[in-house]
Amino acid sequence: MSVSHAELREVSKIFPASGGQGDVHALGPIDLNLAKGEFIAIVGPSGCGKSTLLEILAGLALPSGGSISFEGRPVQGEVPYGVGVVFQEDASLPWLTVWDNISFGLRREGTESAEIKRKVEDVIAFMGLEDFARAYPAQLSGGMRQRVCIARTLVLEPRLILLDEPFGALDQQTRLLMGDELLRLWRKTGATIFLITHAIDEAVMLADRVAVMSARPGCFIDMVKTDWGTNRDSRVVADPRFGTLTARVWTRLREESLKSVGRSNRATAVALS
Amino acid sequence: MNRVTIVRLCVIAGSVLAVEALCRFGVINRLTLLPPSEMATYLLHLLGSGEINQAIVQTFSNVAIAFILSVVLGFLVGAVIHAIPRLRRACDPFLASYYSVPVFVFYPLFVSIFGLNRWPLIMIGFLFAITAMVIATLNGLDRVPPVLLKLARVHRMSRSAEGLRIVLPAAGPYLFTGVKLALAYSFIGVLAGEFILSGGGLGYAIAYAYDAFDNRTMYALMLFVLIVVTAINSALFIWEQRLLRRRGRG
Repeated sequence: MSVSHAELREVSKIFPASGGQGDVHALGPIDLNLAKGEFIAIVGPSGCGKSTLLEILAGLALPSGGSISFEGRPVQGEVPYGVGVVFQEDASLPWLTVWDNISFGLRREGTESAEIKRKVEDVIAFMGLEDFARAYPAQLSGGMRQRVCIARTLVLEPRLILLDEPFGALDQQTRLLMGDELLRLWRKTGATIFLITHAIDEAVMLADRVAVMSARPGCFIDMVKTDWGTNRDSRVVADPRFGTLTARVWTRLREESLKSVGRSNRATAVALS
Repeated sequence: MNRVTIVRLCVIAGSVLAVEALCRFGVINRLTLLPPSEMATYLLHLLGSGEINQAIVQTFSNVAIAFILSVVLGFLVGAVIHAIPRLRRACDPFLASYYSVPVFVFYPLFVSIFGLNRWPLIMIGFLFAITAMVIATLNGLDRVPPVLLKLARVHRMSRSAEGLRIVLPAAGPYLFTGVKLALAYSFIGVLAGEFILSGGGLGYAIAYAYDAFDNRTMYALMLFVLIVVTAINSALFIWEQRLLRRRGRG
């Protein structure tokens, strides 16, 4: 895991003034080096710019300053080939069946039908969606729909997978199981994974490194190495070190969350006065 | 056939039978209303004799042209207004109060522009229908989930591919509502225009029969219009329900 896969250098984001408010310095400066095949999780208080960071890394948003590169090539406002994104919101296409949702990207890329069939069948089997291939997303639970979205990303065989709170809308048990699935697919694909999450336990359980962000403007204030080993799963929550690592992340995050809450309370007080 | 459909058919059949009985037993005067069976029999006679073929062709072709124009142009106008927020802010009050404008008063203007032919009536049907399509298009485009637009960018889709593969299907249910309304309004505009202003078509034939106290023809034609409009709307309704069921909204 020593080869540099993606890099952020001095990345910042400032949203221009609007609605009578001044410029909002949302993010940065941020420096980050993602090693090939690494699993990194980002945690931070609400509104610290986690999702903005992911969008900049994905090429969905432009930074106000700094540079981003993926596999040595600059990322400039367009999602590079080899990068897959899974969103928190349900991004399944409700007018397509599970099969058609998963094959959507392959058809867009002009892949041959036999190849599409093979790849989609593989991913459907891997994600345990065999019984739902002909179902529409509306017939599935939230967890299953998110699986479809992950499968749609996986089938394109991305080398960097960006996940923006993908399990945010799921219950705790499903989150843990989906976490296991994520680890399984990480091991199988060898892809680099960049996970944004609110859940500290999820971050500590899944990632090789957990980056803790400050309140706005979001910067990294701690980088926690977990050293779980590649074959980990959700049972690491029973490891005594899990508590220690979670406590360390929370200690750093607590202060920042209080700052964030204080700012939000002040903003509410100003709005009400 | 599910229970609701059976109940619905029973209500319709019961109402028709009740009207039939009230007419047959003289509770309702024949000058006021004919028994439905007599309307249907005379309608079959009119259709068989070919007397109303020309009126049918004229009315339905006018409705079809008004409908297609209103759907196509309504969608394009809606898409342009949606794309330019400043234009939308300017147009919103007009769209909100559009149906207070009696478009029929423009008939003389249309005659002077298009001449005394089918186009003034088509324009009335078109103007009646287009706003429904514009509003439905705006509603549909407003409700395309932003995450799907991000998904389009993740798949590096061009603007046209995004429009065809993501925006149109996502806005589909709202556009479908616009299409249904545009069809209904095209019918209303064209038929009402023929009734009041024209010298041909089914609307004119109904008005002519009314003026001539020809109740049999008048009611037969009214029944015909009712059957056709209900059949088309039912077909669209069934199609819409099928689409919505797939999306878990039916």
